[in-house]
Amino acid sequence: MSEGVLHAGAGHAVHHADYLEEPKGLWSWLTTVDHKRIGLMYMWSVLFFFLVGGIFALLIRLELLTPKQTIMDAETYNRVFTLHGAIMTFLVIIPAIPAALGNFALPLLLGAKDVAFPRLNLASLYVYWTGAAMAVATLALGGVDTGWTFYTPYSTTTGGGVTLMVLAAFVLGFSSIFTGVNFIATIHKLRAPGMGWFEMPLFCWGMYATALIQILATPVLGITLLLIVMERVLGVGIFDPQLGGDPVLFQHFFWFYSHPAVYIMILPAMAVISEVIPTFSKKTIFGYKAIAFSSVAIALLGFLVWAHHMFVAGMSLFAGAIFSFLTFFIAIPSAIKVFNWIATMWRGSISLEAPMLYAISFLLIFTIGGLTGLFLAALSTDVHLHDTYFVVSHFHYVMAGSNLIALLAGMHYWWPKMYGRLYNKKLAAISCALIFIGFNMTFLPQFVLGSRGMPRRYFNYLPQFQDLHVASTIGSWVLAAGLFLTAAYLLASFRQPKGMAANPWGGRTLEWETTSPPTTHNFEGQPVLQHGPYDYRPEPAPVGVKELAH
Amino acid sequence: MNWFRDFLLPRGASTHVGEMDGLFMFITWLTVFFFFFNGALILYAVRRWRRRSNKEVTPHITHDTRLELVWSLIPLAVVMLIFLWGFKGYVKAWVVPNDAMEIIATGKKWVWEFEYPDGTRTLNDLHVPVNRPVKLVLTSEDVIHSFYIPEFRLKRDAIPGRYTELWFTATEPGIAQVYCTEYCGKGHSDMLARIFVDTPEQYETFLREGDEQVQKMPLKDLGRLVWENKGCATCHSLDGTRGQGPSWKGIWNQRHRGADGKEHLVDADYIRQSILMPQAMVVQGYEPIMPTYQGLLREREILGLIEFIKELQ
Repeated sequence: MSEGVLHAGAGHAVHHADYLEEPKGLWSWLTTVDHKRIGLMYMWSVLFFFLVGGIFALLIRLELLTPKQTIMDAETYNRVFTLHGAIMTFLVIIPAIPAALGNFALPLLLGAKDVAFPRLNLASLYVYWTGAAMAVATLALGGVDTGWTFYTPYSTTTGGGVTLMVLAAFVLGFSSIFTGVNFIATIHKLRAPGMGWFEMPLFCWGMYATALIQILATPVLGITLLLIVMERVLGVGIFDPQLGGDPVLFQHFFWFYSHPAVYIMILPAMAVISEVIPTFSKKTIFGYKAIAFSSVAIALLGFLVWAHHMFVAGMSLFAGAIFSFLTFFIAIPSAIKVFNWIATMWRGSISLEAPMLYAISFLLIFTIGGLTGLFLAALSTDVHLHDTYFVVSHFHYVMAGSNLIALLAGMHYWWPKMYGRLYNKKLAAISCALIFIGFNMTFLPQFVLGSRGMPRRYFNYLPQFQDLHVASTIGSWVLAAGLFLTAAYLLASFRQPKGMAANPWGGRTLEWETTSPPTTHNFEGQPVLQHGPYDYRPEPAPVGVKELAH
Repeated sequence: MNWFRDFLLPRGASTHVGEMDGLFMFITWLTVFFFFFNGALILYAVRRWRRRSNKEVTPHITHDTRLELVWSLIPLAVVMLIFLWGFKGYVKAWVVPNDAMEIIATGKKWVWEFEYPDGTRTLNDLHVPVNRPVKLVLTSEDVIHSFYIPEFRLKRDAIPGRYTELWFTATEPGIAQVYCTEYCGKGHSDMLARIFVDTPEQYETFLREGDEQVQKMPLKDLGRLVWENKGCATCHSLDGTRGQGPSWKGIWNQRHRGADGKEHLVDADYIRQSILMPQAMVVQGYEPIMPTYQGLLREREILGLIEFIKELQ
C-alpha cells in the first residue's frame, strides 16, 4: 500500500504496517488476539445491534402515535418492547464502551502492548456473539413478551422463547465477566513504567470501577437467570407462588445485579468524558483524585441501593427508608464529577471539535438524567412515579442519552487513532445538534406523560395522553435522522486516504504518542511515562522512573 | 406558578397529594435551576475561552479543596432534605388509620375485583365514600399487578400469595382513574378501573341497589357499559377482530364449534353459561383463560349483555 511506503520513507528504521493492514484476511481478524481488532469487532457488532434495537424503538414510537392499534397488535407490541430493551441493555449499552472503546483504548492509554489475557479477550467476543445469536434466535420461538426485566411469576408462566432469552443473557454475562477480569489484570500489571495509579488516565479508573462491578455483580444475575430456567423447565418452585415460591425474591436478585449494571453503563461514559474534556480544553483535569475516587465510590455504593426499584413492591417501611437514604449518596460523586468537568473547561483553551460537542451534550443530558433520579430516590415521589413514563424517560436520559452520546464522543475522539482517517467535521456538528434536539424532543415529553400518570409498557392509552406521545414520536424521527447522518459520514470517512497525524487533537495521554493507526504492538518499544496524563504546561513536571528511559 | 404544577401533575383528590406535590415541585425547580445553571456555565466558558490559537497556554489548576467541599457538601445537604421530605410523605401513606374502612382488591388478568365490608362485590368500579379513610388490601390471583391512582398519588403492587396495603382519604367527589402499572401481558394496558368517590348518601344507595344511573339504563345500553367496564372488551371485539376470545359480532343465533368438536347454538342460555361457567365450553382455537363472573355481575347485567350481543349483527 502506498501509505506504508510513505511511512517507511519517513525515516523509521524498521517498517511495521499498521494493525488494520497486517496480517490480512478475514481469518486473521477472526483469530486475532490484538485488543484493537477485538475492540473494533466489538464496536461494529454493538453498532449493528444498536441499529436493530433502534428500529424496534422507532416501531414502538410509531405504534404509540395513536391510542389502540396503530401498526401492530398488543402481543406484537409486547414482544417488540421486550426485544428493544433486551438488545439495547445486554447487547448494546453494557458492552458499548468497555468492550468496544475500552478494548481499543485501554492498553494504548496504559502504554501496554495488549490486555493481560489476549486469548480470553477473543473468547469474550465469541461468547458475546454466541449470546447475541441466542437472543436473536428467540424470534424463531415466537419471541419473548416479559420485558427485559423478566419479572416472575409472569416470566415463568408465559409462553414463547423466555428460556432461550434468559440463557442468552446468562451467556452474555460471561463475556462481560471476561472483559472485567481482563481489565483489572491489565490495569494492575501492564501500566507503563513510571505510571503510578494516580498518573493513569481517568478513563482507566472508570474502566477499573466498571470491571469491579462486572465481576462482582454479573454472577448474581447468572444464578438468578438459571433459577428462572430451573423453574420453567424443571418446575422447581423458587419464584412462582403456585409452586411455593416468592415472586418478590426474584426482584431482589435481579436488581442486585441490574442496579449495579446501571453503573456498568454510566461509569464508562464518564470515563470517556474525562478524557475528552481536558484534551479539547487543553487544560489539566480539575480534581483528578476526586473524579477517580468518585468512580470507585459510585461502583461500591451501587451495590447498596438495589431495592430502590421496589418501594411499592411490599417491602417494609424500614427497608424502604434505608434504600432511599443510601441511594441519595450516589448523587454526591455524580455531582462532583459534573462540576469538576465544568471547572476543567474554566479558563481553558476550548476547541469545539466533534468529540467536545458530544461531551457538552453529555453534560447537559446527564444533568437532567441525574437530577430526575432524585424524584425516584425520594420515597413519596417515587410512589407516584414508579413504573410510569417518568421512569422510562429518566433511564433513557442516563442509559441511552448519556451512555450512547459518550460512546459517540469516544468514537469521534479515537476514530483518527482507529482508522487514521477523519470524518467530515461540519456534518459531525450538525448531527450532534440533531441528536441532542431529537433526544430531548423524544424524552422530555415522556417526563410529563409519566408525572401525569401514564404507565409504562402500555400498548393502549387514554386519549388525554396523545399529544405528548405524538411529540415524542416526532422527536424519535429527528433523533434517528441525526444517527443515520452520523453513520453516513463515519462510513464516508473510509474514502479518505489514511493520513492522520499521531496526535491530531493535541492530547497528552500515551495513545497519541504512537502512529495513527498504531502498529500491531502499539508502540515502538516500551513507552515510558514522561509527564502526567493531563499536563499541558509548556515544560511539564517529569514523573516516574527516569532511569528506565532508553 | 400553579399553571406549571397543573401542567405536570394530574388533579389531586386525596389527602396524600399535598405532601407529594410539594416535594415534586421542589425537585422540579431544582432540576430546572441546575440545568440552566450548568448550561450557562458551559456557554460562558465556551464563549469566553474559545481557542483562538494552538499556542495558547492554560493555567495548571489541579484542584481547589475549598471549592470541591462546597460542591460536595451543598448537594449533600439538599439531598438529605429531599430524603427526609420523601420519607415523611411515605410514612404517612404507610400508616393506616385505625378507623379505615377495609376493601379487598384482587387483580387478575386483566380485571380488578373489589369486595366491600358487607359482602358486596364489584368489578373494575370501586365505590368509596368521600372524606373517609379507606384501606385497600391488595392481592393477585395470577401474576404481579400494581394498583395505581395518579390523582391520589398512590401505588402499590398486588402480589400473588401475599397481601399488600394501601390507604387513602378521597377528598373530591368524582371519578378517579386506576391503572395497572406492573406489566402483566396482553391486556396490561386495558386493565383499568375507576374509583367513584361518592357522597355518603350515594354510597349508601350504591351498597343497597348498585349504581343509581345504571338502574335506570335500558338493558341494551347496560350491556355495552358492562362490556366496556368489566373487562369483556379486553378480549372480545365488536367488529370481528380476533382477540383473546371470539369477537361478538354477529354471533347471535350462529353456531360455535367447541373444543370438544360439537356445535353449540349461541342463544341466551349459551351466553349465560359462557359468562358464569366459561370453562364448560371453550370455542375451538381459543385458550381456556376466561375467569368466571359468578357473583360479580348482577342478574340485570347478564341480561343486558345478552340483549347487547343480540343487537351486534
